[in-house]
Amino acid sequence: MALVVQAYVPKYFPGFAAYVDLPLLVTIFFAMARRNPIAGLITGAIIGLFQDLLGHNPIGIYGIAKTVVGYGASSLGVKLDLENAGARLLVTLGFYLVHSAVYFTVARGLVNSTQHWSLPQGILAGIVNGVIGVLLYFMLDRFKQRT
Amino acid sequence: MESFLGRYRNLTILVFVLFLQVLGLAVQVKTGAGEKAETRLIRMWAATAITPFERAVVWVQTSTGNLWHNYFYLRGVRAENRQLKEQIEQMRLEQVRLTEDAAQARRLQTLLSFKEQFVSKTVAAQVIGTAGSDLSRMVYIDKGENSGIGPDMAVITSDGIVGKVLLAGPNESRVLLISDQTSGVGAILEKSRLQGVLRGTANGEVMLERVMSDEQVQTGETVLTSGGDQIFPKGLPVGTVTRVGNGKDLFLNIRIKPAANLAKLEEVLVLTEKQERQAVTEDHGRVRAADILAQRLPSVPDKPAETAAVAGTSASPSSTANAAPKPNSPVAGSAAGAVKSASGNPAAKPAGTSAPSPKTTSQASGVQKPKPESAQKPLIVEQKPAPVAPPADTPQPPQDNSPQ
Repeated sequence: MALVVQAYVPKYFPGFAAYVDLPLLVTIFFAMARRNPIAGLITGAIIGLFQDLLGHNPIGIYGIAKTVVGYGASSLGVKLDLENAGARLLVTLGFYLVHSAVYFTVARGLVNSTQHWSLPQGILAGIVNGVIGVLLYFMLDRFKQRT
Repeated sequence: MESFLGRYRNLTILVFVLFLQVLGLAVQVKTGAGEKAETRLIRMWAATAITPFERAVVWVQTSTGNLWHNYFYLRGVRAENRQLKEQIEQMRLEQVRLTEDAAQARRLQTLLSFKEQFVSKTVAAQVIGTAGSDLSRMVYIDKGENSGIGPDMAVITSDGIVGKVLLAGPNESRVLLISDQTSGVGAILEKSRLQGVLRGTANGEVMLERVMSDEQVQTGETVLTSGGDQIFPKGLPVGTVTRVGNGKDLFLNIRIKPAANLAKLEEVLVLTEKQERQAVTEDHGRVRAADILAQRLPSVPDKPAETAAVAGTSASPSSTANAAPKPNSPVAGSAAGAVKSASGNPAAKPAGTSAPSPKTTSQASGVQKPKPESAQKPLIVEQKPAPVAPPADTPQPPQDNSPQ
């Protein structure tokens, strides 16, 4: 669902893809909710690889980045209880930066891609993702409780 | 060893999963797979899995929009209709002028044994989604191999070029936009005729590369396709130059604003068939400006034959519209100064030629001997405001009726 929205919304809001990464938010949420590092990293790998398949870049760049994030988020979820909105925002911001760092390292180091990474834009995008993430986690929490 | 793996089980699995993905990446980089056959199938599966949802969303949105705009929100439609009709009239006149230009160009191309490309078939498609990543500038369209779409076909809109088909599935295709880093389009500047290569940048801008820094490029100049990439036919609009600066390696850094709005694409055309053939001149019945103008004058009645004959005696036969329009004739009056005859045409020598259409003003001005249409001189209409026709009793200049 997150991938469908991520692929559809930029058709009308071109800046959406530059600042929002819904698959990443879903990866973080499920990884933290399951609190199992193996499940977290596998969830991240599957979502990331699927995201790679939708683009034209070599398959695996998003996969590697989201695998790392999935593992990190689930490991953090085991140790900390992240129910607070502020903590969730900070965690999402942090994982967004980790994701970007891994992505650009792999893209430049392994694939020899000429991607540019700007730290201010990365932080801004991280905050945007954090705010959207807090709202999304709240919705998903409600949905989880209902089910 | 077993105790080590058991103790660091999670970390071991993480390393293993990462290793597998790095290995996969290395294989792709080594073989240059990218969009090639090795990953084509799995990418198509992914697209097939996701596009039905996007199609459904687009369908709901389009249906709702159509219902609203076609049945409820009709404000200003009459005024728009009137405006469009006026526009059609103007464009028909423009078409006559352009037809003459095109015929002349074809004649010259024939002389030069020039081969030209024709877009013979296009398929209209709707954009249903994007790659969802800012680093992969491509869109999905709702037509694929079943509609005759294949890889490396040009994708355009009415405004300009959009990109090329990267991968075609049965019912959907991926289109690589010209703003993507991996795209490349042969382009030419319209006025200076300088050629370069159009490329996208990491932040989605479009740049024209490979233009030497000692060349003069003006901001605002139009960029067209050069046809050198064998994908886009020559002469399609690409965009306009927005900034010119010095780049590296003695080349200019030219930023282009694409003519097509790549950020908000709705419908596109895929050029599924191109033909390259020798230019030939076709001389099938020309549409005369007088005919078109006459159709715009429904108030001018067809004169009876007797009246026409009388009028023919007073006005010289050579005063017909196709030879040299008189300022007092309705046609000449409506397009005086705008209609000019081609000089040196032997077909114009005999006096008394007539227009074939009963509504043409040459009949109204008294023409007795009809001539075949092929003998008529071509008229070129320039777009100028049509002056008001003078009264019918305006004296005419004397004409020489003697045959030459």
